[in-house]
Amino acid sequence: MAEFLQFLISGLTVGAVYALVALGFTLIYNASGVVNFAQGEFVMLGGMVTVFTSAAGMPLPLAALIAVGVAVVIGLMLHRFAIEPARGASAVTLIIITIGASILLRGIATIVFDKQFHKLPAFTGDTPVDILGAAVQPQSFWVLGGAAVVVLVLYVFLEHTLLGKAVLATAANRLAARLVGINTTTIMALAFGGSAAIGAVAGILVTPITLTSYDVGTLLALKGFAAAMLGGMGNPVGAVVGGLLLGLLEAFGAGYISSTYKDAFAFVVILIVLFAAPQGLFGRRVVERV
Amino acid sequence: MTSKTTLKFMLAAGALSVGLSHGALAQGTVKIGSVLSVTGPSSFLGEPEDKTLRLYVDKINAAGGVAGKKIELVIYDDGGDANKARTFATRLIEDDEVIAMVGGTTTGSTMAMIPVFEEAQVPFISLAGAIEVIDPVRKFVFKTPHTDKMACEKIFEDLKKRNLTKIGMISGTDGFGASMRAQCVKVAPNYGMQILIDESYGPRDSDMTAQLTKIKNTAGVQAVVNPGFGQGPAIVTRNYAQLGMTATPFYQSHGVASKSFIDLAGPAAEGVRLPAAALLVGDKLPESDPQKKVVTEYKQAYESATKQPVSTFGGHAYDGLFILVEAMKRANSTDPQKIRDEIEKTKGFVGTGGIVNMSATDHLGLDLSAFRMLEIKGGDWNLAQSGS
Repeated sequence: MAEFLQFLISGLTVGAVYALVALGFTLIYNASGVVNFAQGEFVMLGGMVTVFTSAAGMPLPLAALIAVGVAVVIGLMLHRFAIEPARGASAVTLIIITIGASILLRGIATIVFDKQFHKLPAFTGDTPVDILGAAVQPQSFWVLGGAAVVVLVLYVFLEHTLLGKAVLATAANRLAARLVGINTTTIMALAFGGSAAIGAVAGILVTPITLTSYDVGTLLALKGFAAAMLGGMGNPVGAVVGGLLLGLLEAFGAGYISSTYKDAFAFVVILIVLFAAPQGLFGRRVVERV
Repeated sequence: MTSKTTLKFMLAAGALSVGLSHGALAQGTVKIGSVLSVTGPSSFLGEPEDKTLRLYVDKINAAGGVAGKKIELVIYDDGGDANKARTFATRLIEDDEVIAMVGGTTTGSTMAMIPVFEEAQVPFISLAGAIEVIDPVRKFVFKTPHTDKMACEKIFEDLKKRNLTKIGMISGTDGFGASMRAQCVKVAPNYGMQILIDESYGPRDSDMTAQLTKIKNTAGVQAVVNPGFGQGPAIVTRNYAQLGMTATPFYQSHGVASKSFIDLAGPAAEGVRLPAAALLVGDKLPESDPQKKVVTEYKQAYESATKQPVSTFGGHAYDGLFILVEAMKRANSTDPQKIRDEIEKTKGFVGTGGIVNMSATDHLGLDLSAFRMLEIKGGDWNLAQSGS
């Protein structure tokens, strides 16, 4: 039982981060139809900016706030200077632009920061908490709680504010949204800024556990993308479920099957799911109208 | 032949070093090549190597060069890409016409470059870790870093002294971790070690509690060994403490022998042991230690020039450069063949990595005494008391 709980909590913690990355993918995908492969770089920025500003003497909460601010500004710039000028281009072109942006951001990070790994102190100490025999880092609760808050805020925003409804409307049908007077360009900028903020929050929460460096984003983007696919691209609930599921698959795969094949195990499960339900667990069936 | 070669060198030097080297034309230069991973994922290895080579070549030239000739250093950055490394190796041979090479940051890039140097018959002193570089022995290939096999043997030797024979392993699946794991499994029976459980993790994994929980729940594990490098071992070490396993002795490899490991792992690193070069504990070595002078001087020179803490990786480049320079002095020639013969005759060379005694069958020349068993105490490296 203790063993099971240990795997469960470790899986949920890692999964919560995948979920936040997947959520970032979803937000931008909905608003613009672009899969933003620079999503992982927002996570990196969150962690790295916090590390460096707090090393410069800034108190941690303020450093975290600055990090989110920096990520949002870069998210907006990404939209304004890379995505917006290529507005008419196909989705594939836009995706390639985001891959380019992610390489650029990583390159800049090696110059502005450095190539070393960095850590942040855990928010509330390092003493593990014992839960029925499983040793849990207090930071895990921060990650889980933080992810829950982000999801909740996003839900309230999308369902209960006019602006949020405009995002949903743009996601449902961009042309129709524009026809009823929604400024879809603003909505797209909002989506990029929002998903940059979500990514940065994920980076800040998880750095005390996983450490950070200029290139942590690459793998997280891949895992987050897999999670978003598993849950169904474009569905926020799917992104969260997909992320948590992927984390759990990895932890239980490593714990009960074999640590050598844990990634393979997780991806095989994803393949099987996508084979049975190509639109993902919660995905909309896409109907191509001719 | 000799005068013709010299002429060639002078022409090449003249053509390529416009505005670069001062007085190179006046005296004649010899070219030493290097391909390093200064950028990319292995940059933490390549960067100190690059800085070390530049620092010491300048020092050697300032002191008059080798046998009256200045050294011209040609460094290319492969960015950690073995394909690029091979292209640069060819360029070093064909365009730059170097007389020897000190470089090859990773095992991957070294293995890709070996055929180029073997074919051109130019000596190649590699800075890569794996034993494959010198086993089987290739005529023109040497290396300076300790092998992962030696690290396993050093760890097992220490375990044996402590009467611990049943171990668990958790290894990274990256090149370094996988290679060392294989070597450890191979030499374990020689030391009477029993590997009860053998776990692994991916190089970018962020949580290893699942694997460690399995090790924790395996009855009879007396010690845990973690071959790996990068941030993985730091996370393993933190998870190890998180799960309250610190009562079981924990061994890391020489792959984490840099100060950043202690920083990243934090208090969780207390009591962790690892085999490493004397360089890390230079100031703690007894005065009688033959390496004391070399390592403290290198540490001082490197840290004052770069303002960065010294790492063993830069030390490997130092050793490679000076093994080569001494061989060139003994050969008193710029003929690659003669230099090769002299490198192979290196005896009693005191480097940062240990005391090097090469032979026709051993192109590394280090024995287990080159490794010191360190224990992390109070956030710093300490020489471990053997048998305790």
